[in-house]
Amino acid sequence: MDKGVIVTNRGGISGRRWTEVPIEATIRVLGFSTIGFVLLIFLFLLREGLPIFYEVPTGNLFGTRWYPTFELFGTLPLLLGSILVTVTAILIALPLGVATAVFVRELAPDWVREILKPMIEVLAGIPSVVLGFFGMHFVAPLIRNIFGAPTGLTVFTGALILAYMALPTIISVAEDALDTVPKSYRDAGLAMGATQWQTIWKVVVPAARSGILMAVMLGMGRAIGETMAVMMVTGNAARLPLTFDSLFRPARTMTATIAAEMGEVAQGSTHYHALFGIGIILFVLTFLINLTAASAIFRKQRRGGLR
Amino acid sequence: MIAGAYPLIRYFSKTSISIGSLWLLLALLLGACKPQQSASPFGNQATQAIENKGSDTLVNLALAWAEVFMESHPEVCISVTGGGTGTGIAAMINGTVSIANASREMKEEEIAAARANGITPVEFVVARDAIAVVVNPSNPVQELTLKQISDIYTGKITNWRELGGQDRPIVLLSRESNSGTYVYFLENVIRMGKKDNNLLFSPDTLLMPSSEGISTEVRQNPNAIGYDGLGYVTQDQKLVAVARSPEGPYVLPSIQTVNDGSYPISRPLYMYTAGEPTGHVRIFLDWVLTRGQMLVPRLGFVPLAQAPAEPKS
Repeated sequence: MDKGVIVTNRGGISGRRWTEVPIEATIRVLGFSTIGFVLLIFLFLLREGLPIFYEVPTGNLFGTRWYPTFELFGTLPLLLGSILVTVTAILIALPLGVATAVFVRELAPDWVREILKPMIEVLAGIPSVVLGFFGMHFVAPLIRNIFGAPTGLTVFTGALILAYMALPTIISVAEDALDTVPKSYRDAGLAMGATQWQTIWKVVVPAARSGILMAVMLGMGRAIGETMAVMMVTGNAARLPLTFDSLFRPARTMTATIAAEMGEVAQGSTHYHALFGIGIILFVLTFLINLTAASAIFRKQRRGGLR
Repeated sequence: MIAGAYPLIRYFSKTSISIGSLWLLLALLLGACKPQQSASPFGNQATQAIENKGSDTLVNLALAWAEVFMESHPEVCISVTGGGTGTGIAAMINGTVSIANASREMKEEEIAAARANGITPVEFVVARDAIAVVVNPSNPVQELTLKQISDIYTGKITNWRELGGQDRPIVLLSRESNSGTYVYFLENVIRMGKKDNNLLFSPDTLLMPSSEGISTEVRQNPNAIGYDGLGYVTQDQKLVAVARSPEGPYVLPSIQTVNDGSYPISRPLYMYTAGEPTGHVRIFLDWVLTRGQMLVPRLGFVPLAQAPAEPKS
């Protein structure tokens, strides 16, 4: 395709070609450099993090005790902590997000939509430290008093804050997905004698479900990578969240561990490699989530934007 | 002017969880240096820079020292940053700072690393710090022995009832594992100073990224127990009297009880220099050990009791 452009230029005004070539080249370099940066970051992660996998026996590395000061690098509590917080956050954010998207897209009068859409974007702009402070001083005591947990700094508190942070992403993407459903589907639903609610719930939302799945995946990617707010409200206790009450007990996530410990670790030490090792695990997890989201888009495109 | 500046500086360093605040701190300091430079009759060429980095415990005190010292020595510009003891010592070994602040003694391997770099670290004890054990003001428990605190933090005692308190679960609060205070508490309280002891913090311990995190939770949560440097304990937390053995005496931490040695959990705070200090670093350290001690109690630390000790290497 590029060649074709150059060929046509060759037949046209010769000056245009000379100005366009460097611009085109620059744009191409910029485009490819994104991939290049991702690759470089991944290589850097591997170089700094891979040594941990042979420096520390696997039993220790996937053990249950994380005491880096004492050569115990069990990443299992951190991995499960991250997963539990993220999944809980998505379970909270998904119904709220989809319901909001349906309301904004399908039900709200125009003037309400005009107010809601920018408000949702403002929601995305709140810095996570601010949400962390809010969680620490306001949500945590509430959780302790309402649920009778020993402390308010729990998985659930973290999940609530994360759900709040993932909401704008989920709402915007889900709303776009609903937007791609053709008007004829709605008209057909209503013409068949379905109520507005039945049309939305049985026709429009299912038609947009791959887009909604993508919204969930993107929200999840946002949630699992979030650091500051989580570090402030989940208590950071590296315990295994296996019991039923784990939701209302503290947990330590991978991101919080890296953030809290990277500042004072000696470069090149086992602990340093361990933190990068966690970085690799996190990178792979986020990559898988994004891949799932991307394949959802791909499926959507193949099916002409529907189902 | 200094007294007015403390709360602000203190606030920034306490919330050091946000890296941004460290930059702010740095900016404040650089900002503080510049007008003095230009106001100096010697102009800019006479300005001597002293970089000072390390323990977050010491950072407020080091800042106060730097500010007051610079008032009487406008030709010196001291910049103080936190980041933790390990960070400061590493920077001193790399030669990027002239003075490292430390809330613990240098480790063997750190001294070896310094030697390998051609540096002989010189140690100065600049003040003392007591680690206070704190609970919520509504908690009826007044006093604990070291053994009881150790049992609480290893998860052997899990309910306040066992200590004569209410029937409430105990929520353990600690600083992050990179804090000098964490290591000190583990070695001297949980392991009770025994080298062969390998007890660890219970996995249920909440690791708070800042002193602010600990004080917030202790203030709000009647189940909580925490520990932190005496300088960071605010009015709304309740100090626990600590005894070495069940017979007592149970002692509350204060400047007096730390200096007479009756409060069991106290430690010296250090400054390290790369080799014998010379020039302005020497003058600054001499000042810190003498007139500078005046500032120590104002920040909640404990000044050195006698005449400053001779530096030992």
